[in-house]
Amino acid sequence: MYSVNYHRAASVADAAKLVKSGDAKLLSGGMTLIPAMKTRLAAPSDLVDLSRIKELQGVKVSGKTVTIGAATTHYDVANDEKLKKACPALAHLASLIGDPAVRHKGTIGGSVANNDPAADYPAALLALGATIITNKREIAAAKFFTGLFETALKDGEIIIAVSFTAPAKAAYEKFRNPASRYAIVGVFVAKGKDGVSVAVTGAGDDGVFRSKEIEAALAKNFAASALDGVKVPAKTLMTDLHASAEYRANLIAVMAKRAVAAANA
Amino acid sequence: MGIEGIGARVVRKEDKRFITGAGRYVDDMVVPGMKHAAFVRSPHAHAQIKKIDVKKAQAMPGVIGVLTGKELKADGIGNLICGWMIHSKDGSPMKMGGWSPLAVDKVRYVGDAIAIVVAETKGQARDAAEAVEITYKELKAVVDATKALQKGAPQVHAEADDNLIFDWEIGDAKTTDAAIKAAAHVTRMKIVNNRLVPNAMEPRAALGHYDKAEDHFTCWTTSQNPHVARLVMSAFYNVAPENKLRVIAPDVGGGFGSKIYIYPEEIVCLWASKKTGVPVKWVADRTESFLTDAHGRDHVSTVEMAFDKNNKITGFKVDTIANLGAYMSLFSSCVPTYLYATLLSGQYNIPTIHANVRTVYTNTAPVDAYRGAGRPEATYLLERTMETAARELGVSPAELRRTNFITSFPHQTPVIMNYDAGDYGASLDAATKASDYAGFAKRKAAAAKQGKLRGIGMSCYIEACGIAPSAAVGSLGAGVGLWESAEVRVNAVGTIEVLTGSHSHGQGHETTFAQLVTQRFGVPLDSVSIVHGDTDKVQMGMGTYGSRSGAVGMSAIAKALDKVEAKAKKIAAHLLEADEGDIVIENGEVKVAGTDKSLPWFQVALAAYTAHNLPAGMEPGLKETAFYDPANFTFPAGCYICEVEIDPETGTTDIVQFVAADDFGNIINPMIVEGQVHGGIAQGIGQALLEGAHYDASGQLLTASYMDYTMPRADDLPSFKVSTSNTPCPSNPLGIKGCGEAGAIGSPPAVINAITDALGITDIAMPASPSTVWAAIRATKKH
Ligand SMILES: Cc1cc2nc3c(=O)[nH]c(=O)nc-3n(C[C@H](O)[C@H](O)[C@H](O)COP(=O)(O)OP(=O)(O)OC[C@H]3O[C@@H](n4cnc5c(N)ncnc54)[C@H](O)[C@@H]3O)c2cc1C
Repeated sequence: MYSVNYHRAASVADAAKLVKSGDAKLLSGGMTLIPAMKTRLAAPSDLVDLSRIKELQGVKVSGKTVTIGAATTHYDVANDEKLKKACPALAHLASLIGDPAVRHKGTIGGSVANNDPAADYPAALLALGATIITNKREIAAAKFFTGLFETALKDGEIIIAVSFTAPAKAAYEKFRNPASRYAIVGVFVAKGKDGVSVAVTGAGDDGVFRSKEIEAALAKNFAASALDGVKVPAKTLMTDLHASAEYRANLIAVMAKRAVAAANA
Repeated sequence: MGIEGIGARVVRKEDKRFITGAGRYVDDMVVPGMKHAAFVRSPHAHAQIKKIDVKKAQAMPGVIGVLTGKELKADGIGNLICGWMIHSKDGSPMKMGGWSPLAVDKVRYVGDAIAIVVAETKGQARDAAEAVEITYKELKAVVDATKALQKGAPQVHAEADDNLIFDWEIGDAKTTDAAIKAAAHVTRMKIVNNRLVPNAMEPRAALGHYDKAEDHFTCWTTSQNPHVARLVMSAFYNVAPENKLRVIAPDVGGGFGSKIYIYPEEIVCLWASKKTGVPVKWVADRTESFLTDAHGRDHVSTVEMAFDKNNKITGFKVDTIANLGAYMSLFSSCVPTYLYATLLSGQYNIPTIHANVRTVYTNTAPVDAYRGAGRPEATYLLERTMETAARELGVSPAELRRTNFITSFPHQTPVIMNYDAGDYGASLDAATKASDYAGFAKRKAAAAKQGKLRGIGMSCYIEACGIAPSAAVGSLGAGVGLWESAEVRVNAVGTIEVLTGSHSHGQGHETTFAQLVTQRFGVPLDSVSIVHGDTDKVQMGMGTYGSRSGAVGMSAIAKALDKVEAKAKKIAAHLLEADEGDIVIENGEVKVAGTDKSLPWFQVALAAYTAHNLPAGMEPGLKETAFYDPANFTFPAGCYICEVEIDPETGTTDIVQFVAADDFGNIINPMIVEGQVHGGIAQGIGQALLEGAHYDASGQLLTASYMDYTMPRADDLPSFKVSTSNTPCPSNPLGIKGCGEAGAIGSPPAVINAITDALGITDIAMPASPSTVWAAIRATKKH
């Protein structure tokens, strides 16, 4: 790690000011940024720590609307009783992220801002039609995740919370990379008042995406059997050491089937 | 005897400090004035070094010195050596390419060390290392051993045409070829043994301290054999003569072979300490460990196994290409030869064997011994071939093995080894019973109903450890003898220190070695201390690898205990006015047999030191030394059975049961032995299902972190069913065979045999990851 100046922000406004200094970066759980700094792949001059800001903490459920503060840890999302009722699929997703140490430090805001193509949350937010609320504006998930590690965030823009309407049914199925245990394929299915949406993480060569083929099959019949014989094209999927595009295409169909079965259970 | 002697499940004495974070590793060592080092390493797999400019780095904050290979050479520091000479079948010696601790004009793999930076802090050393400017001329790289042998492949060392280090053979080619020609059936296979990264929990580290006043060096290092490190550093690298070099290997957090070797970093830290006038510490980060720790395995072989019409093996022919990486590491040459091909008879009566081995340079990390060292490679070939042959011949894999087992001992194989004892049928029986082998068909049918593919696989391994009879290995090219030393010091109050040349880095020596003493004298375990890992304390030793510390290290202790016991008895006989032959030592007392006359143990010890009343002519003191040179290798063997269930939709393999039935000879501490077997199987399953080092064509290591290199985790593993049925080893005084590597040797073929059984295919590449298994299933459907 190169030497770096550390600042603990007291409020979002404070953080917004601090992040303008030098080549500063926002720090939340540090589970992505700190390892990158240790291997010298990231070299910010300053770190602005958001993790103690009160207004960024916690899960709120009012009626069907769920709002999760950006600095809420994966552990807290996984174990929030209100969320487990409103959208158990998302709590379950959070429980599958990394290991206990990662879940106790890592946060939803950090994960969403980082938009790792193998991260779990982007699939959920895209399928749920969530809104990403920043200190400047509100951005629809469909517009937010723009590519591999790319988002609609402007320099210094701070995510405050994510918000969505609880779906009638939802489930997440993840097939883990055997080494990193991120997703090789993660499929989030949600059935809400706007129909069925299915988002896939871990597989797309341009990051998280919605699977038209699977959505079309499920629109008619929200049942696992509706996916028998559905073919997911491999053309726009990643090939790496751990999985070929063809294997990922197969896994998308298999995980989608299992997710639908779980959502209906 | 007793609750702390031989055979007792004594809880490990050393674990308290390890578990409470009180272990003392090299990185915990602090010497006044100590500074920190970082190495400048090659980002290229193969390149000429045109220019090294250290000016900018030298001017960086905190920098004390930036040193390069040119200066190292000027000071007469030697090239690294390979300690075992192998001759090709044409009689020519192996082709040793030069390995300078700091590369001077060429780099040969990503991670090759080029310069060292010494600075006030670790961060400053790293900052300055990045500022060293090196101009390279990149060369084409080769990472695949088979490709490296082809004409026109990039040449790694000028000394080795076609990158061939040696072309060696063992056994009888003519009779083996004839057996294959005359066979009723021949099983032929091409078998790849994947490359592995050892991944000790503690990364390598070195602290070099040159004391100007004394003109003396001390090196703290992560070594499995500090005495060998001192010997090699003084005899070959000209760091310092032995009497001016102390090597200390304190607590070491795992080695698995990778810490046997003397690496560039410890040599350079010692030299740099003298050069800069400050003690110099270097601790590898995980990336450096992946890139520069010696890797393991990486063989490509073809085999032919011949059978007669009664399914008896009549011959076995093997052709192997072994990738040794960019340089020949310390024992790299003996691993794919004498530790490998000498085991190709397995547990079987095979009248004739021939093996040809070509070793090859490539632009990858050096490859050397890794848990099992050669024996896993041999076992993998044999046991994959046996299982395949059974399927081809339409007989039960268990029966085919039983038909061919060696049943009388001693047994001379056609490939040097002379097996002294074993009962292979007993292990096979134990394993088939524990796994309900006979009931497998039912379980397979039940799994099929759930849409799952079940398979079962077996592996009957043998290995050779207790290395090794010095004269024998000397005649085969070893540069050292492989005996062990021990010194038993009884203090005046009867407490005991045992100094051993073995080195514990996870094996639990502080407990098992002490149990030996407790057994002998009946003194409490707590009053026995084991001292190891310091060349100033222990005179000489050969260290720990090849599962040798029990069979060889403890035998040396037993020999020294014999001498102590004899002297103690003489003293006691004198004090008790009895006949020496009537003295027995039991439960901490020295008694005259059949009488009530006795002395507490400590009083005999005290008498030896007060020397007021010793037998005439006896020297005072109670301290004895012994060197033990084994009479033969030892031959642990066993039978492993693995049962898997595969999800055909995702290719995921679930190990539903794993049974290990081992024969380790006599056992000192069953709990520690079980722990060794568990760890070994975990690594073996790791090799079979999870682990694999991958370089891209340009020589970049793609699996250089845990994001991409899959280490086995608890939830990847089943609960193992382990048992032992032991035939004592006749070649050493304790009857011990060794248990440190068996798990890693026996398990990979059992796992792969189970997977290929489940899928109905002949072979699958290791690691059989979900994607590999899924692709194999898809390929069978296409046919
Ligand atoms: C061992 C390990 C395993 C993991 N496994 C998984 C897994 O299985 N699935 C998965 O999805 N993830 C996994 N992760 C990643 C983990 O979920 C991280 O917590 C997450 O990706 C980043 O969140 P963070 O709070 O740690 O962010 P940080 O590391 O602090 O920051 C990440 C990036 O986001 C920016 N940022 C942080 N907060 C904000 C904000 N409020 N507004 C704008 N920008 C912000 C930072 O500047 C930085 O660029 C793993 C991580 C580790 C170390």
